Amino acid sequence: MSELRQSPEAHEQIHHVISLKTYMAIYAALLVLLVATVLASELPISRSAHLFVAMTIAVIKAVLIMLFFMHVYYSAPLIWITAVGSIVWVALLIGFLLADNWSRDWLNILGK
Amino acid sequence: MNASASARLDGPPEDYLTAGSTVKSWLLTSDHKRIGVLYLISVTAFFIVGGILAGLMRLELMTPKGDLFASADTYNRMFTMHGVVMIFFFLVPAIPAALGNFLLPLMIGARDLAFPKINLLSWYIYIIGAAMGLYLLAQGGVDTGWTFYTPFSSMYSNTRVVTAALAVFITGFSSILTGLNFLVTVHTMRAPGMTWFRMPLFVWSNYATALVMVLGTPVLAISVVLVGLERFFGFGIFDPKLGGDPILFQHLFWFYSHPAVYIMVLPGFAVISEIIPCFARRPIFGYSFIAFSSVAIAVFGFLVWGHHMFVSGQSMYAGAVFSILSFLVAIPSAIKVFNWTATLYKGSIRFDTPMLYALGFIGLFLVGGLTGLMVASLALDVHVHDTYFIVAHFHYIMVGGTVTAYMGGLHFWWPKISGRMYPELWGKLSALLVFVGFNLTFFPQFILGYLGMPRRYFEYRPEYQVLNVMSTAGATILAVGMLMPMVYFLLSLRGPKNAGPNPWGATGLEWQIESPPTTHNFHAPVVVTCDPYLYSPEEAEREYVHAQHDHAS
Amino acid sequence: MSMPSTITPPDSGRQDLLHHFDDLEQQHLSSSLGMWFFLASEVMFFSGLIASYMLYRFWSPEAFHLASAHMDKWVGLANTGVLLTSSLTMALAVRCTQVGDRKGIVRNLLLTALFAVAFLGVKAYEYRVEINHNLFPGPNFIVPGSPRDPHASPGHAEAGASDHGEGGHGGGASDYERLRQASMVDGQVDEQEFSRNQGHFQLMFVFYFFITGIHAFHMIIGVVLILLFAVLAQMRWFSGYGQTQIEMLGLYWHFVDLVWVFVYPLLYLVE
Repeated sequence: MSELRQSPEAHEQIHHVISLKTYMAIYAALLVLLVATVLASELPISRSAHLFVAMTIAVIKAVLIMLFFMHVYYSAPLIWITAVGSIVWVALLIGFLLADNWSRDWLNILGK
Repeated sequence: MNASASARLDGPPEDYLTAGSTVKSWLLTSDHKRIGVLYLISVTAFFIVGGILAGLMRLELMTPKGDLFASADTYNRMFTMHGVVMIFFFLVPAIPAALGNFLLPLMIGARDLAFPKINLLSWYIYIIGAAMGLYLLAQGGVDTGWTFYTPFSSMYSNTRVVTAALAVFITGFSSILTGLNFLVTVHTMRAPGMTWFRMPLFVWSNYATALVMVLGTPVLAISVVLVGLERFFGFGIFDPKLGGDPILFQHLFWFYSHPAVYIMVLPGFAVISEIIPCFARRPIFGYSFIAFSSVAIAVFGFLVWGHHMFVSGQSMYAGAVFSILSFLVAIPSAIKVFNWTATLYKGSIRFDTPMLYALGFIGLFLVGGLTGLMVASLALDVHVHDTYFIVAHFHYIMVGGTVTAYMGGLHFWWPKISGRMYPELWGKLSALLVFVGFNLTFFPQFILGYLGMPRRYFEYRPEYQVLNVMSTAGATILAVGMLMPMVYFLLSLRGPKNAGPNPWGATGLEWQIESPPTTHNFHAPVVVTCDPYLYSPEEAEREYVHAQHDHAS
Repeated sequence: MSMPSTITPPDSGRQDLLHHFDDLEQQHLSSSLGMWFFLASEVMFFSGLIASYMLYRFWSPEAFHLASAHMDKWVGLANTGVLLTSSLTMALAVRCTQVGDRKGIVRNLLLTALFAVAFLGVKAYEYRVEINHNLFPGPNFIVPGSPRDPHASPGHAEAGASDHGEGGHGGGASDYERLRQASMVDGQVDEQEFSRNQGHFQLMFVFYFFITGIHAFHMIIGVVLILLFAVLAQMRWFSGYGQTQIEMLGLYWHFVDLVWVFVYPLLYLVE
């Protein structure tokens, strides 16, 4: 890698330069988790367990990508709030939607 | 840059209106004030289109039989297009884009919004979407209702649903970009000393609105895209024969469209929070309560959408939960109304035109809000759903609330935007006509709905005629009241720009600079040291000048 | 006030300051926040789709499982790996802007674009296979094993598509037959339920094509921007090293990757 110039002014606007090693480590972790997801799908467990496992691993991967590739770990708290907030909002939509459908037949009244 | 840089001896400094008078300088501007004016012109045009559609509907409804239009089909297209045009091309952008774009940077002491070019892009996207809406209208419109319920819209309607879906989809991006701009601006562009709790409440409410725009609009986008896909490709997403669920569409649609009504009303709150303290000559009562309630409304507004679906087939448990949450979401709105009223108490009230509109707002929004509580109650809504009761309820909020606040805001900030004053007598007259006309139009509709007249019908039982005629008469008065300001605002532009920087004696950074402002807003970097709503304004101005001197020295 | 932004020494690594900002810190934070809010809106866009998907999967788990078996999970695995790698090279490109390595910026951006194009190519290949098996939803859709299926014969394994679905569950029952079995109520086939299950089998493909299609659309936009930025970085068009601009593009690209991280198990690994 040539041209590794870093002037004083440029330095002041950079908060944190993540090392190459860190990036590679996260990348390796992501690949391992990816293989784990696929292998887990071959396990003889129940349907809901499959979904749970797959989503858990997906969430871990997502957290790693957000924290390190997207630099959230080194960012201002406001960025954290925005990132977490969007996930909360997704959960809201999915949660209420599924709750409606799940509770549809509870009253044994036709159409309710 | 210090204050002496503005000492020019060759005439008054160029303001934003005269800095560059070519069409290109307007169409390629990145000045938030010019973009605000561009929006003002565009939304007014669409307001007139929507208003004409409403007028035609009211004309038809004067008689119990369907005699004005050839068929019920035409009437269906009328009310659908009235809804689509008014909501997507007028109400959603009106106060945030026309007034908010202009005022937000001024109120926080910034030179522009965070992303001026994206601001302009947002206007162009709006124009493209709205033009597509006009094209749609010319092609006969759609007849699905502005709510596009499936499976009618996705499978059976013979109108251009895909075009409508596309128009709404495109316009949604304009909303998202404006919201994004506002959010970032409020977070990062406040002048030194302008802490969150020194910001005018106008900024707080527009911030809350922006939150809703960014989080809600994309879900509308996906819901109309799915309808478009189903029509275009024949996918059965909402087709019961293929196992699809029409109620899924309603969930996705209302997930946006309920928060959308808060997009429409929160900026109205924003304007009222500025007008009331100024014309009561008192600081606002309960500043932090109003600020927090704005954000609370934005957040809780996302939890109540199922109250539009009580009779759709959604589960009773979900219905009950949505009903309770809808009651809770009324609390922050009520807090605001209490606080505005408390601001009036022992105030020195001046009944200028903006104040007339603001007082009208409080009364009309109160009625709209209380009837909202009535329909939030599941048991009652079963009876009045899809009747004129609902129509009256939301018009009290949208017109009695938002449009009234919008007119009040236009009158209040007209001197700042144009540098001219409007004629006060005509202003008061128009406010009166709007108030009387509005009530005459929509109050009878509460009664009609309660008596059982369904909405979206162009024929009705003869016993409903008297109330319908009253409603149409009111609509005529309302129309006159709304058209008058357009005339006298335009006429005022003929006069010289002599309104002065602060004709109302208001506090706020926007009143400390000339009318109209220069392109770069402030002549010296702004430093804020005092709280907002410091009535007396003379004290506020002294503070402002003092702070500038301290900073410059 | 800070130094006027018109005076920026060439190759100092310092980015230009736009006139409406007070300092670079504010400018950078604004850009970052703006991109994050935009990504939040994109998240909500995809969430509508995911929510709809979840609903139908909740109703017909068997139909979704059978449909998912037609997507080759190993091809998907390789493709996901390719996308993750493109995410790495993008992160490295951003890092290069921070340390002032101009050649590295261009190299990493081009690599990112290369991996992305590879991903899209494999996706196109997958689409072709599925379309050739009458699995594109619409009037030409055929449930494998149904009376309309030209390839239908007991125990026939689909050529080209996954060999996982039929073989792994004992016998050579086709999807049609399995759906029929799943619609049994008290030993009798409930026709309405069967029709709904078939419908949901097709719906799964609607979601598959639409979700991956929209994702691919976002990727195409991303690739165009990446190539554009690579050219601009090479031309030294950006002030400084384009730290802010390329970081924002990076955020967008990682978001595209994030969506796929969830989409892959939801579409390919439905058991």
